[in-house]
Amino acid sequence: MRRRSRAFAAALAVAALLLGAGCAGPAVRVRPWERGQLADAAMDPGRDPLGSALTEHVYFSREAASGGRGVGGSGCGCN
Amino acid sequence: MVTRILRFLAVTAALGLAPRLTAQVVAGDLFPALSAAALGGGPLPATAGKVTLVDFWASWCAPCKASFPAYSRLQTDFRARGLVVVAVSVDESAPAYAAFVAKLKPAFATVHDARHLLVAQVQVPTMPTSYLVDRSGRVRFLHPGFHGDATERELRAEVEILLAEQAPAP
Repeated sequence: MRRRSRAFAAALAVAALLLGAGCAGPAVRVRPWERGQLADAAMDPGRDPLGSALTEHVYFSREAASGGRGVGGSGCGCN
Repeated sequence: MVTRILRFLAVTAALGLAPRLTAQVVAGDLFPALSAAALGGGPLPATAGKVTLVDFWASWCAPCKASFPAYSRLQTDFRARGLVVVAVSVDESAPAYAAFVAKLKPAFATVHDARHLLVAQVQVPTMPTSYLVDRSGRVRFLHPGFHGDATERELRAEVEILLAEQAPAP
């Protein structure tokens, strides 16, 4: 019984090691040749400067926290 | 129950390790046969006994666009001495591939690896990457990325070296 539980523990350890090795790869699994969609202009959050400026304005006016995103100001929310 | 868990863990581990079992092609390796890769897009030029520059590119890759005029110059200058440039597109979209080729009008052969069979076999480290293959089909020089004049200068020197070598005996 004891021998069996040791064998089981060893098998579990080997399986965990293999699993760990399998998961320890690079975080990004998208291969260099598969990045066509990522390279699309639609994936760029800053593709529309005017839209970005408006969104930023609404954000810092609403949050009264100007300056937190690289915008100058005192945080009064009045600009 | 325990057997099931162990089996699940083993399968998960195997799936995790599987992508790493395909080795990257490096200098010194034989380059995979282009004719066996089911490439579309254009006719595949004869490469047997010639020095071959195989470039992996895509229409969405800006350095690839910058590299095309340089490869055209290389092909034009060294064609008579036995250099063949083959540019392999990894575009998922056939129209994007065709539009890029039509716009840039390269002086070398372009083919389309639509199913990513060849590029997955070669495991290119970045886009673009070019492989300079000698007359015996072995990769001798590898260029990850394209760095303008510096890459072109290096390629010219390397092509000269490979062209000076004799073809292997049949």
